[in-house]
Amino acid sequence: MENFPWLSVITFAPLVGVFFILLIRGDEELAAKNARGVGLWTSLITFFVSLGIWINFDNNASGFQFEERVVWVENLGLAYHLGVDGISMFFVILSTLLTVLCIGASWLSIKDRVREYIIAFLVLETLMIGMFSALDLVLFYVFFEGVLIPMFLIIGVWGGPRRNYAAFKFFLYTLAGSVLMLLAILTMILQAGTADITKLLTHDFPVGLQPWLWLAFFASFAVKVPMWPVHTWLPDAHVEAPTAGSVILAGVLLKFGGYGFLRFSLPMFPIASADFTPFVFGLSVIAIIYTSLVALAQEDMKKLIAYSSVAHMGFVTMGTFAANQQGIEGAVIQMLSHGVVSAALFLVVGVIYDRIHSREIDVYGGLIKRMPFYGLIFMIFLLASVGLPGTSGFVGEFLILVGTFKANSWVALLGATGVILGAAYMLYLYRRVVFGSLTKEALMSITDVSYREVAVFAPLLLIVFVMGIYPAPFLDVMQVSVENLVDRYTSALAAHEAHQAVTVLAK
Amino acid sequence: MYTAAVFLPLIGSFIAGILTFAGGVANEKTKKKIDRGSQLATVGAMLLAAVAATFAFIDIVVHANTGNVELFTWVSSGTLEFSWALRGDTLALVMLLMVTWISSMIHIYSIGYMSHDKSIPRFMAYLSLFTFFMLMLVTSNNLVQLFFGWEGVGLASYLLIGFWYEKQSACAAAIKAFVVNRVGDFGFVLGIFATFVLFDSISFDTIFGLAEDKSQATMSVFGGDFHALTVICLMLFVGAMGKSAQLGLHTWLPDAMEGPTPVSALIHAATMVTAGVFMVARLSPLFEYSDTALTVVTVVGGSTAIFAATVGCVQNDIKRVIAYSTCSQLGYMFFALGVSAYSAGVFHLVTHAFFKALLFLGAGSVIHAMSDEQDMRNMGGLWRLIPVTYVLMWIGSLALAGVWPFSGFYSKDTILESAWGAGTEVGYYAFWMGIGAAFLTAFYSWRLLIMTFHGESRADEVTLAHVHESPKVMILPLIFLAMGALFVGFLTFDFFVGQHTKSFWGNSLLILDSHPALENAHQSPLWVILLPSVAGVSGITLAYLMYMLAPDLPAALASGFQRTYRFLLNKWYFDELYDRIFVRPCFLLGHGFWKSGDGALIDGVGPDGVASAVRDIARRASALQSGFLYHYAFAMLLGVAALITWFLVARG
Repeated sequence: MENFPWLSVITFAPLVGVFFILLIRGDEELAAKNARGVGLWTSLITFFVSLGIWINFDNNASGFQFEERVVWVENLGLAYHLGVDGISMFFVILSTLLTVLCIGASWLSIKDRVREYIIAFLVLETLMIGMFSALDLVLFYVFFEGVLIPMFLIIGVWGGPRRNYAAFKFFLYTLAGSVLMLLAILTMILQAGTADITKLLTHDFPVGLQPWLWLAFFASFAVKVPMWPVHTWLPDAHVEAPTAGSVILAGVLLKFGGYGFLRFSLPMFPIASADFTPFVFGLSVIAIIYTSLVALAQEDMKKLIAYSSVAHMGFVTMGTFAANQQGIEGAVIQMLSHGVVSAALFLVVGVIYDRIHSREIDVYGGLIKRMPFYGLIFMIFLLASVGLPGTSGFVGEFLILVGTFKANSWVALLGATGVILGAAYMLYLYRRVVFGSLTKEALMSITDVSYREVAVFAPLLLIVFVMGIYPAPFLDVMQVSVENLVDRYTSALAAHEAHQAVTVLAK
Repeated sequence: MYTAAVFLPLIGSFIAGILTFAGGVANEKTKKKIDRGSQLATVGAMLLAAVAATFAFIDIVVHANTGNVELFTWVSSGTLEFSWALRGDTLALVMLLMVTWISSMIHIYSIGYMSHDKSIPRFMAYLSLFTFFMLMLVTSNNLVQLFFGWEGVGLASYLLIGFWYEKQSACAAAIKAFVVNRVGDFGFVLGIFATFVLFDSISFDTIFGLAEDKSQATMSVFGGDFHALTVICLMLFVGAMGKSAQLGLHTWLPDAMEGPTPVSALIHAATMVTAGVFMVARLSPLFEYSDTALTVVTVVGGSTAIFAATVGCVQNDIKRVIAYSTCSQLGYMFFALGVSAYSAGVFHLVTHAFFKALLFLGAGSVIHAMSDEQDMRNMGGLWRLIPVTYVLMWIGSLALAGVWPFSGFYSKDTILESAWGAGTEVGYYAFWMGIGAAFLTAFYSWRLLIMTFHGESRADEVTLAHVHESPKVMILPLIFLAMGALFVGFLTFDFFVGQHTKSFWGNSLLILDSHPALENAHQSPLWVILLPSVAGVSGITLAYLMYMLAPDLPAALASGFQRTYRFLLNKWYFDELYDRIFVRPCFLLGHGFWKSGDGALIDGVGPDGVASAVRDIARRASALQSGFLYHYAFAMLLGVAALITWFLVARG
């Protein structure tokens, strides 16, 4: 298996499924049924194959693993180059897992254009995996931007009543950010003479150029994360997207930004990153407090969870720019945890949306009476979301705050207030939806979660507890990569300072 | 043994949890069986745990074997490393023993108390889950596992306060408990971070070992250089204040009485609320090196003791009186810790667990008898009807008031004498606050007894007809607790604070030679020894005068001192204050940020603004294309004119 092209196989396996779906003929009902089947099997196989990279991953090796390289444009240094390290590996698996669950969760709720819907998700899967494993700047950009198209379609075609507004807002926001990134990428290729990310990671860009490149990348990543104040596309996109769309959006797409900071901003532009750290800290703290308060005032369940996502991602940016071992490992864990937990919370909302067709909090109340199992599942994910120790959310938030406290105690103090507010808005939501007395007519005959729904939640529940109680399998994988990143960052800063000291002396 | 004692309750909880869901679909008859099964599983697991704890105690404390148990690594990130582990020292084992036995009794009591409830398995599951978290808390060997138990008991408390989820007030109280506790936890986690920054570790062994070396270290946090251990201890103490309902963060505790009474006894009297006391005692090797932190602990403890006692005197809900009493007693424990009499604080923690659980369960027995009536104004004259409960309540009250030879006497007197013996200003402050609170404690305890059991009955006929003594399954645990309230103080005095104290505690508590409060306590002047008893007896006498001999006097006083009365009745207006300055502003800000911030400002200027600007420009541009030839001709002409002008000006 030494030379098995793991990443290419995982990346393009979903497209094989797409090919088969395109072959499907017959009346609509039958075609839909077959498309679902093919979609589920394709995504399941992709998921199990993707576990192979975790099993075969060498925790002690520094650098990228499972590398594949085919030269594309020689003199521009472009190549089809894939590979993962301890940071990106889990995101690949997160993408393959959530795609399976998305198809499972849409089994009954999507009735129109099922074939196209499944195709959109499989194409999206290919692009997401490609994005996380690309080691060539141009290839990365293609995947990064390509994701927009299926996502735009998922919101715009299968979305709610205001889907057009939401889809365009999503598309334009993210595209506007990316234009600047494209310019920066071109500059980098011209400057460094290669688009190879492994080489760029050790390339020292001129100090004067770094802030511009940093800002250009920041424009794109900040929208994706999303950071305050460019977050307003997210609540709209979530509200209008179908459940599975929200799941993939919150679960994977938001991680593009956080991943980008770790892959590009910190190691490639360390000096600029250090200079902009207070700026990022400021935005992160605002994101945490501001959006937590906004979440408190929401009347729409999906909006509430969307705002809580912004707050949780605020922790990620905070930990990333703390730029130490705990902060960065915490940020990665938090992204994975948020990928699982927020996805699960959107699925939780989806369960009752499928039954009652409303996202208004006021429509519900007293659900636990008829849906005790649902109440339990909701409670567990809620607790993971508020970072109760023993769940995945705690490990991430705790490590991030430890790291941040080392870097700047004020930021950690302000960030930690999010822990209080998070508990307030989530429990307030739970009280209004699940607790209380069951008096509303429409809810009297509501049914508890079905076996299919339990099957969708089960893997997520497992991950929440494993990551919370025994996160070693996750932390061990990323340890070396994060160490490299921190070393690279601190040594670049040290070199820069030494250089400055020399020039000052020379004068 | 040790591990079994900790994890058995979790297993019991799992079984009951699974049965909860089985009960949902079963018919009436199988549901009975399932209820019974869940009770057997949890009570059985609890009793086994208690027995295992007893063996562990004998093994580790009596035979002095090493008891640390390392389970597996939890987190390892850079130099930050901690495991799931159990710490085997006297403090942990004392707590383990106390928690398992009291929890067992309350489990048994719950069989009777909750017999009419429709979700028995769920209740038992929560109760056992709580016990598990509590045991993780007291046995932890590092700060984060302590925090795990800490938040876990908070969760269990939330679930149990909101057990009757159909009641709006119960749901509100549950959220309040969790969120107020989180405010405390906020301080706690910051304390953990600071500990890690200072010691590069959060394991007890390491930080306790290094504490002395670091006793002079400073730390730059929050824009200044501060004495590192003071910063750490104060932040951790905020956590303790939240969990143990100390002044400022106490508001959730009285509301927590919305939960079923066994919960109030177990969580909100005997175990969880004492976690803060336990934490400070556990961290005595850190607190000892910060006089500032100890001073704060003393002042907060003393103030809470008197504050809660004043409020307890005017409450009419039987459970709320006891709740404020708990708050006040926790104050005692804290100022004991504050003067470095850690063992006295823990001693009171243990004796208090017995007699306060007894009082709560006794009150529960009254409530059960009175068909869920909790207002003492509707009680009275019950002693003939429920004599056993009456006697047990007397025992509890005598212990609470600190009357010789009941348990409370030993622990409370030691605390007050230590406060005096500290010889510091804050020590004297705490001493006098404690004396005042002792007087008030006795007063409200007898007020409670008299209003409930004596005088004319004020209940209605229907309720009175149903009044009955509780079943054996409820009375037996009460008798066990009453035994504790009678004998625990007397029997364990020598070990906890008396002559064997040093060998008993071993290394688990640290007291520097410069903090001799506890040693001085044994040589207190006679009046210091007698004063608490005098205060107690006068409190009892006053209550007897006011409520027995002159029953009109309280009402007259209340109307005479209307303002004071209102002030006390409304609990010093803490709830109203917090509502004004925290709760409402948060909702207002949230709404404001949403509508004006996100809506008007960001979207208005950003995407929507740009979109409408683009549309606007496009409309104007399209208006230019009028279709009339002369418009275009005129535009061309203008262009030509402009070009010619430019050529002439630029070239000329």
